[in-house]
Amino acid sequence: MAENQTYYVPEQSKWPIVATVGLGVTLYGAAAIMVNGQQGESTTGSWVMFLIGSLIMAYMLFGWFGTVIKESRSGLYSPQMDRSFRWGMSWFIFSEVMFFAAFFGALFYTRMFAVPWLGGEGDRGSSNILWEGFQATWPLINNPDPDAYPAPEGIIGPWGLPLINTILLVTSSFTVTVAHHALKEDNRKKVKLWLSATIALALIFVCVQGYEYAHAYQDLNLTLQSGIYGSTFFMLTGFHGAHVILGTLMLTIMLIRIHKGHFTGDYHFGFEASAWYWHFVDVVWLGLFVFVYVL
Amino acid sequence: MSAVADTHAQDDHHHGPAKGFSRWLLTTNHKDIGTMYLIFSFTMFLLGGTMAMVIRAELFQPGLQIVEPEFFNQMTTMHGLIMVFGAVMPAFVGLANWMIPLMVGAPDMALPRMNNWSFWLLPCAFLILVSTLFMQGGAPNFGWTFYAPLSTTYGPPSTTFFIFAIHIMGVSSIMGAINVIATILNMRAPGMTLMKMPLFVWTWLITAFLLIAVMPVLAGVVTMMLMDINFGTSFFDASGGGDPVLFQHVFWFFGHPEVYIMILPAFGAVSHIIPAFSRKPLFGYASMVYAVGAIALLSFVVWAHHMFTVGIPIAGQLFFMYATMLIAVPTGVKVFNWVATMFRGSLTFEAPMLFAVAFVILFTIGGFSGLMLAIAPADFQYHDTYFVVAHFHYVLVPGAIFGIFASAYFWLPKWTGHMYDETLGKTHFWLSFIGMNLAFFPMHFLGLAGMPRRIPDYALQFADFNMVSSIGAFMFGASQILFLVIVVKCIKGGEKASAQPWDGAEGLEWTVPSPAPYHTFATPPEVK
Repeated sequence: MAENQTYYVPEQSKWPIVATVGLGVTLYGAAAIMVNGQQGESTTGSWVMFLIGSLIMAYMLFGWFGTVIKESRSGLYSPQMDRSFRWGMSWFIFSEVMFFAAFFGALFYTRMFAVPWLGGEGDRGSSNILWEGFQATWPLINNPDPDAYPAPEGIIGPWGLPLINTILLVTSSFTVTVAHHALKEDNRKKVKLWLSATIALALIFVCVQGYEYAHAYQDLNLTLQSGIYGSTFFMLTGFHGAHVILGTLMLTIMLIRIHKGHFTGDYHFGFEASAWYWHFVDVVWLGLFVFVYVL
Repeated sequence: MSAVADTHAQDDHHHGPAKGFSRWLLTTNHKDIGTMYLIFSFTMFLLGGTMAMVIRAELFQPGLQIVEPEFFNQMTTMHGLIMVFGAVMPAFVGLANWMIPLMVGAPDMALPRMNNWSFWLLPCAFLILVSTLFMQGGAPNFGWTFYAPLSTTYGPPSTTFFIFAIHIMGVSSIMGAINVIATILNMRAPGMTLMKMPLFVWTWLITAFLLIAVMPVLAGVVTMMLMDINFGTSFFDASGGGDPVLFQHVFWFFGHPEVYIMILPAFGAVSHIIPAFSRKPLFGYASMVYAVGAIALLSFVVWAHHMFTVGIPIAGQLFFMYATMLIAVPTGVKVFNWVATMFRGSLTFEAPMLFAVAFVILFTIGGFSGLMLAIAPADFQYHDTYFVVAHFHYVLVPGAIFGIFASAYFWLPKWTGHMYDETLGKTHFWLSFIGMNLAFFPMHFLGLAGMPRRIPDYALQFADFNMVSSIGAFMFGASQILFLVIVVKCIKGGEKASAQPWDGAEGLEWTVPSPAPYHTFATPPEVK
């Protein structure tokens, strides 16, 4: 099982230290924005820090991935290296699944235990002492303490725009798969068409979600501060939306690379990794649709 | 397991290390990165240890003499955070970086640049964490387990910075774990099947899986905290329909696998050291592998044994009690196998073996107190007392830390090319052993007698054992300076070490020269 190509080990690289500085400055700035904001102090300096950090991160992403792309296209990567990238991306996606699992777990615990117990189920009627008249329902549109957490006046039903979103994302998983098959057949025109379709669907999804959020905030009084229903709703859909944006960015970069003539029919892991990520985003949405919107 | 050595494993294309300070910033070399992790970890160990000295100084006598209670709480919190995330975990990652490529016959880790990013994120994160000590309101003061609402509603402003520091550590750990798994699954020398892998590699494979599975959950819980503190969500606030106990569930879903993350690599290292100094193969290789797998799997379903007193339903208490007691079985298999390895072996007791044998005995004692804690109705008495503190310090100090010391002594000749001073090493062992037992054994009695955790002052009946404990802690702390002297001395010089300084040791790592060349196994060896 001897490889006839040695495993490429890059000699030295500035990207790790650039990324460290970037991430550190960005997150320190973010913390400073929040803390200074809470204390009523000026957040200008913190925002500047956050922006500078973000720019460093953007510079690092272009630089590091650019270096990897260059190395890949000059044939430095053996099939074994390709396998390392596949393992890496797979396990990264698994870690993202676990991140969402934490929030789904919180939703599960809240709906199955915390809220029913607050409502007095199972001889744990704490709310009747603290908050008289509290009824345990889901969606929780009357919080135990409505002064601290004003309840939402409505929720987003699943069969309107969320259903559209489901159709958009599932279709986009289909279109990206068609694009992938086209790439394997070296049909560049077809790849560009179906990948563009995928990105278009993704962007429509983002717009629809944005509209839904505006509708929730302005018309339904459904916000992050609306109690546990709002908290779980926005955290789950919000992080999902962030991952959709990341995935869309990845797919767009793949489209740009296709236009630049990158990739061959049998060597295109960057595309596959982006497609895997996109499928992951789709599956998380299906989970959201079922457990946040429908049930 | 035998291996055909490829002693001319250097590739002529590679140069040696670069010169100057930038070498360390820009490196992609697993040996450099391993060294940096180890140095960082020891620095954090001394810092966290200093905080422990402050704690034990205050607890030396009843009354409040040395520090304010608010600062004492910052010390207990930061001591825990720094030891867990800054000392123990990075030490094991450093050992992994140094040894896994050598043990599997790989030229480096699977993703060498990402490897360096994983390291450098740690000084960044700890700079932020330690800087909270100097912020207005002080550092986090709610215990290393940072339960809500103490950490959300009542935490100092620095809590938000603490949260982002945890995020950065998490990114570092997840990327490091991905690197370890990819290396182990993809870059083993031809002929090294999974069941021919050394135990240290097996335990790190499983540890890496645990890390990837649970660090994102930690990220989730600190993000929920961040939202509750800064954006008005009510995850942990019952008046909004949330629940403080939700915090505990999510935290401990991370927290329990975390403690196995902190011990499994030590299990692996000890499984190398005991056979080497018994001059006998490890007893029951296959069962050792299955036991680690069983421990890892079970570790996901026992988290609420940290929560027996918060009011979970009795059915839950029973389930978690039985599942927790079940973990003792595969752990016991391992302990028996280590002892069986020594049985009728040709034993010598150099420093690595002293630490390894002490590990087996004292970790088992820690395991016994763990079993006591696992019994839910008994835990109603023990919970949040010094009995718990005794338990986890027994599994962490003579467990994880002694495992790290044993590994360091075992592999220092390979890293530096010199033998360490054996007399000093043995001295370090005995001082640490006596100091550690004096420090932590009395805590069992203190807990059973009713002394609560995380208090800067205590009732008078606890005074004597507290004084003994503090003396032991000071002794243990001072002994670690000796370890620093030993390591520095060994780096600078000493008796030349051969490729295999320990005659009973086995593995590919002992086929390369000492010190290991900058680049090794550029072409993988053939493993029979």
